[in-house]
Amino acid sequence: MTAIVDYGTGNPSSITNMLKRIGHPSIVTSKISEISEASKIILPGVGSFDTAMDNLEKSGLKEILEEKALGQKVPFLGICLGMQLLTYGSEEGLKKGLGWIPAYTYKFKSSPVLKVPHMCWNTVQVTAENPLLQELEKESRYYFVHSYYVKTEAPGYSFLETRYGIAFSSGIANDNIFGVQFHPEKSHKYGMALLSNFMGL
Amino acid sequence: MAWPSCQILWDFNMNVRIIPVLSLLDDALVKTLKFSAAKYIGDPINTIRIFNEQEVDEVCILGIRTTLRNKPPDYKLIEAMATECFMPLSYGGGINSLETAKKIFQCGVEKIILGTYAIQNPSFISQCSLQYGSQAVVVAIDVRKSLFNQYAVMSHSGTVNTRLHPLKWAREAEAAGAGEILLTSINREGTWDGFDTVLVKEVSAGVSVPVIAHGGAGMPQHISEVIKSGASAVAVGSMFLYQRKGLGVLVNFPKQKIEEAIASI
Repeated sequence: MTAIVDYGTGNPSSITNMLKRIGHPSIVTSKISEISEASKIILPGVGSFDTAMDNLEKSGLKEILEEKALGQKVPFLGICLGMQLLTYGSEEGLKKGLGWIPAYTYKFKSSPVLKVPHMCWNTVQVTAENPLLQELEKESRYYFVHSYYVKTEAPGYSFLETRYGIAFSSGIANDNIFGVQFHPEKSHKYGMALLSNFMGL
Repeated sequence: MAWPSCQILWDFNMNVRIIPVLSLLDDALVKTLKFSAAKYIGDPINTIRIFNEQEVDEVCILGIRTTLRNKPPDYKLIEAMATECFMPLSYGGGINSLETAKKIFQCGVEKIILGTYAIQNPSFISQCSLQYGSQAVVVAIDVRKSLFNQYAVMSHSGTVNTRLHPLKWAREAEAAGAGEILLTSINREGTWDGFDTVLVKEVSAGVSVPVIAHGGAGMPQHISEVIKSGASAVAVGSMFLYQRKGLGVLVNFPKQKIEEAIASI
């Protein structure tokens, strides 16, 4: 069973909806017992970095997620803020991130033309091979909504890059741990393909 | 023009969202003209399925005349529509408490659109934005231009003149936590005559959040014109719902023609 972690940052029903459409049951849960049984974990999230880390720490979810991702090495996917939490930290807050992927999260500089948040469909450039990109269609595009972006410490941890004024990492990975900045659950067949690949791991 | 600005303009233009707008009157999909004369279009679920297959950027659902008639949102229908929607979805109409907002998000909607109630209680924008993030809160500004070319923000489906100036209210809404402004020209809505680019230019230059231009789309060139005026997104009704002006219903999304028009900016 795939567990979608519910830690009080937005409503992840659209992820469940897309997984259901591609034939994979999933549960949205904040229960440690259910997460410890999960064979795959998705960490969604909208909202602020510190609030999200706070919620993970106070609920005791952080430990079980660490055990699952780092100990048992189950496939783990962070989406949007969920991806940024995988990094060491963010310019958005003061708290330490999970730090499972050597990377940091920075703030976009707003300009009169390029408004922040980066809220739109955008393309990706593949910068490294990754199992989530199997049978990737040419000109795949994804829906983004974010004010902060990720840069990895070493290029090897980034497999997708996107431009918005500057180039940033839109897909990062370290072993069984993956993060995407865009919303695959809201990105038509392109997002569906990526989630299918994750479910096939 | 120097290369860096070209690159930024390119990044900007290529990222503009084109958003079909679906107006619900009870459980029927309708299309209005200048906010009146609601004509029946068809079944909302079927229509959203078609737009999903056409891979549109985003969909906006407006429950029209809800506050005016004191009707709550039709949660069942909204949820059924959201289930068919593998792209971002916004909903507006009758959201007047954190409880209604919560129910709308639980239907699978990403963004709530606040109108009349936000004008009466600007602090409601802040409450929603604190709870769900400003990216999830859109403020709809319906504007009527008078015979003397004065702009005024209207509430209650265009029936009440609030005497607010569009830019002033847009700035206030932004300061309260609105993440986007859905700017509708009532005079142009449903007319196919092109957007009110003067209005769009004034508001989008005066706020730093994205402005969605709505009202008047009749051809791809209108869309590229309003993007040039500063719109971050373009909302389209009639043009995506009818074959042509005055002809029958045909749900369509002329993606290629729009992209060509945008690329030629």
